[in-house]
Amino acid sequence: MSRRFSPPFATEATRRTVLAGAAAVLGLVSTRRVAAEPEDMARAILDFTGGIEPRSGKVTLDIAPLVENGNAVSFEVLVDHPMKPEDHVREIALFTDKNPLPDVAVFRLTPHMGKAHVVSRMRLATTQHVTAVARLSDGSFWAERREVIVTIAACTEE
Amino acid sequence: MATAMILLPRSAIRAGDLITLKAMISHPMETGFRRTETGGEIPRNIIRQFSCRYMGELVFSCDFHPAIAANPFLAFPLVATRTGPLEFVWRGDNGFLHREQAMLQVSAS
Repeated sequence: MSRRFSPPFATEATRRTVLAGAAAVLGLVSTRRVAAEPEDMARAILDFTGGIEPRSGKVTLDIAPLVENGNAVSFEVLVDHPMKPEDHVREIALFTDKNPLPDVAVFRLTPHMGKAHVVSRMRLATTQHVTAVARLSDGSFWAERREVIVTIAACTEE
Repeated sequence: MATAMILLPRSAIRAGDLITLKAMISHPMETGFRRTETGGEIPRNIIRQFSCRYMGELVFSCDFHPAIAANPFLAFPLVATRTGPLEFVWRGDNGFLHREQAMLQVSAS
């Protein structure tokens, strides 16, 4: 794959300035968003919870604190809660605050799983926060947030 | 054509065991945020949904956004109850659809 990475020390701001400059020179109008703002993550989380602020606890988000390559970052979410038909974890959603979009994935769980545990891999455009939110069958929401430092970004490079 | 891989536990499974299922599919998960060298937008092409059924019943599903890495990988638990079919389905942009089946062999505990 021929991808050109910006040097790891180039800041997001510099890159954006260069891109914006190039677009201006070429007379292009770009409506594309470069990155979601932290408020967008907060809004996406409240959209998911229906306006309820998630409590901290129950959720363990296991993700490396420092990754070299943002293209495939392994993560694991474990919710410390029973998986009985009458009381279980219904959903686990993941959000980021500086990817182009705040949403990553929504996992729908059932009591057949026996344990609220999911493993997958995500992209991280830059150093940022990742939040895992769990929706329980009683309507409560629980979350954990982690910061991940990324030295080679994903998503937006050409 | 996409190729998918399903990993079931290698050891013997008894009724009531909590097992881990792993599923991976080859797919670029093109985010829609990248551009070609000439500045043209590369359109989004991602897998949107995944579901797993055990003996016809939905046991796990998810919605993906562009932030899920290429060649999406998933691992999740399941309580094995009896021998029966597992069905894995991936759906995505441009009418993408891929189905895999496996038989889960479970011995009585």
